[in-house]
Amino acid sequence: MTAWEGQEELEAQFAQWRHYVQRRRELQPADSDELEDHLRGSVDELVAAGLSADEAFLVAVKRMGSLDQLSREFAREHSERLWKQLVLTGGTEGATADPAARRELWVMVICAAGAAVSIKVPALFGLRFGEDGSFYGPNFALLALPWLAAFLAWRRRARPPVIETLVALFALGAVAANAYNLADTSQSVVLTSIHLPIALWLAVGLAYVGDDWRSSRLRMDFIRFSGEWSVYFVLIALGGGVLMAFTYGTFEAIGIDPEEFIIQWLLPCGMVAAIVVAGWLVEAKQSVVENIAPVLARLFTPLFTAVLLIFLVAIVPTGAGIDVEREALILFNLLLVVVLGLLLYSVSARDPLAPPGLFDKLQLALVVSALTIDLLVLVEITGRISGYGTTPNKAAALGENIILLVNLAWSAWLLLRFVRRRAPFAALERWQTDYLSVYAAWAWIVVLAFPPLFNYA
Amino acid sequence: MRSLKVAKDLVAASATPMVLGILAEGESYGYAILRRISELSGGELDWTEGLLYPLLHRLERLGYVKSSWQSVTGERRRKYYRITDRGQAELAEQRRQWDTVVDTLKEIWLGPGERRPLTAIPLEDRA
Repeated sequence: MTAWEGQEELEAQFAQWRHYVQRRRELQPADSDELEDHLRGSVDELVAAGLSADEAFLVAVKRMGSLDQLSREFAREHSERLWKQLVLTGGTEGATADPAARRELWVMVICAAGAAVSIKVPALFGLRFGEDGSFYGPNFALLALPWLAAFLAWRRRARPPVIETLVALFALGAVAANAYNLADTSQSVVLTSIHLPIALWLAVGLAYVGDDWRSSRLRMDFIRFSGEWSVYFVLIALGGGVLMAFTYGTFEAIGIDPEEFIIQWLLPCGMVAAIVVAGWLVEAKQSVVENIAPVLARLFTPLFTAVLLIFLVAIVPTGAGIDVEREALILFNLLLVVVLGLLLYSVSARDPLAPPGLFDKLQLALVVSALTIDLLVLVEITGRISGYGTTPNKAAALGENIILLVNLAWSAWLLLRFVRRRAPFAALERWQTDYLSVYAAWAWIVVLAFPPLFNYA
Repeated sequence: MRSLKVAKDLVAASATPMVLGILAEGESYGYAILRRISELSGGELDWTEGLLYPLLHRLERLGYVKSSWQSVTGERRRKYYRITDRGQAELAEQRRQWDTVVDTLKEIWLGPGERRPLTAIPLEDRA
């Protein structure tokens, strides 16, 4: 073997060693560089003492001791490395700060600022946040979500057809929110305020998945995104609440009333900016932190199943006495939404190839018990709905109940087939992602068709 | 000479003043520091990399040393450490403490009554 070949082989061994070292989370690139220099110093000395290159390498590595031991010693000094950190503006190595991440941060800041400005524009026309509910209710999502959609579209380099569709959808939303001139006290204003955000959120989904919007896999990614986004938004909102409480308390103490500032500026601007920031956080931390929504779903599935089963048992002796008041349908709708959410986020984190297990059976029990309860409620309510005459609220609540019922009924069937090993898990996944279109269609129907259908009541 | 291992705790306690002392002689890097320790102790102190590098990083975090990457021969880069003013102050303080410990031990082991001729060093010191 010539010296040159020996050198070549030595480099290959170093490369392999580096590869092992870089897999250790406790050891950062700078550490592996430093250790490699050490190893090379050791090898050089051994070669000078008469060993061949690969012998010297083996001895030097042996001297360094096991990587496990080494990592442990590093971890003792750098325990923070075991906590994955989301680095916002690049690491300590200055030059290595990723320019792409930095650009993304700036675009996010611009979008968040844009949202904050948009929410204040109506104030120029004398509309006050928190007082002009009939304007801000339906328009709130319209002022905030386009910025999140813009950020996502920018990040995914959306092609013109997608951008055009997005513009059209948001324009349609603007028409639905403002063209009908709904009275402050009408039910339709409330319905639009609830359903337009859902419709527009699914438009954000279009920005998220881009022109491959039929892809089940990408739609599932959007479901994951939505779950994480909600978690982050709630966390930011909690922080915002603390900030507002302190702003109020401290300024109050020196005799300045901060209420006007908080209600008109801090709250609306903070809220819409948080919508964009939460979206950016989910994108930035995607591979850094474990998804939390599926963890919550796993935690609460057994608990909800237990509560629903006990409820079903308790209902028997009372003789089907569900008190179907005005709010009851909405309550049970929300229950179905929660059950659907638990199902959806468990599905989103499940390995589709894993065989059915105890948890899948638990989920089946959860879905079936929710369905049974809902059927009992529906039986109670259908008799009455004709008696009272239909209002927009009742029609919307009933429609939603049916949509959720259909989804869960078919999900239960697919889960049952999966648990009995008759169908693959992917069928359930596919069903859920396809069903997103139904939600979108229904939300648009409620905001566009309901007001004229019910005489703007 | 019988190879006697120095107890782990003692190695750990003495590592900081040793590293600071070596760096006080001038800028150096990990491998050279390790060689120097081994040389000065006649091979009795056998530090591992797992001891040295985390220690260097800790000293840097505490502001006792500063590091910089310098390129040596070709592509290779090496991380050099240099002692800071704070490090010098810490070294002086550690020296004072170690002197106290060593002097006390000497007093105990070589009490006035039993000065052994083979231990010439402490007597010189006292003079």
